[in-house]
Amino acid sequence: MSDLINSSLRDLSAALAARKLSAVELATLFLDRIEKLNPALNAFITTDRDKTLAQARAADATLKSGDGATALTGMPVAHKDIFCTRGWRTTCGSKILANFISPYDANVVEKLDGAGMVTLGKLNMDEFAMGSSNETSYFGPVKNPWDVSCVPGGSSGGSAAAISARLAPAATGTDTGGSIRQPAALCGLTGLKPTYGVVSRYGMIAFASSLDQGGPMAKSAEDCALLLNAMAGFDARDSTSLERPQEDYRRDLEKPLAGLKIGLPREFFGAGMDADVRVAVDAALAEYRKLGAVTVDVSLPNSGLSVPAYYVIAPAEASSNLSRFDGVRYGYRAPEYADLAEMYSRSRAQGFGDEVKRRILIGTYVLSHGYYDAYYLQAQKIRRLIAGDFVAAFKECDVIMGPTSPSVAFAFGAKSADPVQMYLADIYTISTNLAGLPGMSLPCGFGNNNMPVGLQIIGNWFGEAKMLNVAHRYQKATDWHTRMPGGLE
Amino acid sequence: MSLNLEDVARIARLARLELSAVERETTRDQLNDILGFIEQLQAVDTTGIEPMAHAVDVVQRLRPDVVTETDHRADFQAVAPETEAGLYLVPRVVE
Repeated sequence: MSDLINSSLRDLSAALAARKLSAVELATLFLDRIEKLNPALNAFITTDRDKTLAQARAADATLKSGDGATALTGMPVAHKDIFCTRGWRTTCGSKILANFISPYDANVVEKLDGAGMVTLGKLNMDEFAMGSSNETSYFGPVKNPWDVSCVPGGSSGGSAAAISARLAPAATGTDTGGSIRQPAALCGLTGLKPTYGVVSRYGMIAFASSLDQGGPMAKSAEDCALLLNAMAGFDARDSTSLERPQEDYRRDLEKPLAGLKIGLPREFFGAGMDADVRVAVDAALAEYRKLGAVTVDVSLPNSGLSVPAYYVIAPAEASSNLSRFDGVRYGYRAPEYADLAEMYSRSRAQGFGDEVKRRILIGTYVLSHGYYDAYYLQAQKIRRLIAGDFVAAFKECDVIMGPTSPSVAFAFGAKSADPVQMYLADIYTISTNLAGLPGMSLPCGFGNNNMPVGLQIIGNWFGEAKMLNVAHRYQKATDWHTRMPGGLE
Repeated sequence: MSLNLEDVARIARLARLELSAVERETTRDQLNDILGFIEQLQAVDTTGIEPMAHAVDVVQRLRPDVVTETDHRADFQAVAPETEAGLYLVPRVVE
């Protein structure tokens, strides 16, 4: 059994194709693990054994007939609870959607269902994806499987913890300022945020629309490539979805890295990074040199402005997006109110948690009359400067590397009282979202208290296949991505 | 500049968020911390820089003017807090 829970999607797929295992058996294995281990980890908000097994039986029928079977048919996957799933509760980690049964599927869910994947359940997350520690979820924090006194990162913390504890072989996540990469780093797995526009945002509950992007989370780069193949693609229902030819993201996985130019931004290797993280990242860079890559110094001079710019742009867009939660058409409605205005303001006050309210208020303020130019417009100009830094850096290198997070997973409560300290947890990931670039995190060792460290790879626009190649070759040479936390059983 | 309690009340009203007197005070302090942090953006010279609204330069797609949506009223209203005869119910707004 431990073989199966640690297997790659490719191996699981081969086992299903060879009829050594059925999709129902595979789904049952993970459902049983979830039942046993989830109470301690709180990674899942919703499971539904009947729905899961019905999908698994359908996958078995497809595999038996061979008609329409794909490399993902019968593969279990769990969805971040930000993705609308028809007939499943879709909460976005919020009280305001605690009883929302989605009447439709997100594009990503539709695509993965269409590829034959089997949904194991819906994963916990920071409320409306606003958080870096999973402590803002209405459903309680997710625990880090490597040490349950530590946060799993956020906002896709449920996705990261589920894969790390082998409750699911793959999961979906979303990344607005680091929400795929930072939890992947803190839980020791591989996660990829694609170039903005590659994966449809349709049915992905909106946080900051100009930054939000869905992506895969799994144990390895190879698994992420397989998942991205099924997730990516044009969707007319997302007005920012890009019309591009379909790619095979596995096409370059095996390419040798000889001559690869890795850019190291000096701003990512300064005082902000903890010493233990630095040791692991330096060791990874040494491994890359062994694989034939060369490192070059680059500079992203405006990257220090990325967190403050983000905390203007993201709350501004969030305040607009979250105005749809009014207690009229769906979601929570306060039990008592005198008139319509009070129904709105009370439903929202009771339905949203503190961090979401803070961001709505900040966003409302920076967009309000007389302040728009000073805050929002200025932040958008700085956003262009940040993107311009990357354009210049990519003239010198093929990929950029650095730490994903300045520290390993921190203890619950360590940053939750100070919003600004929490925001700085995403200092290395946010600039990628502002520029719209693809980014990855992959495990590259262990730091203090034997907690996982993530190496960040930033690709050029549409450089997903290159990033996956770079990550895969490292994972062929090292075994960090195969480690799983002990003591869970 | 920093926000006072009246500013917080005004922003909360714009955002349609009810805040108690105690919440207004903590909110004022936290918003001022955050605004203090983002204040550093003001020091950057952005003369002549075009604001970047989106990560990728794309223009709004146009589609043929044909009906693409089908009727989902029953599906959508099934998740509403209160409906009657196909309508969403809210408190009386016109006396």
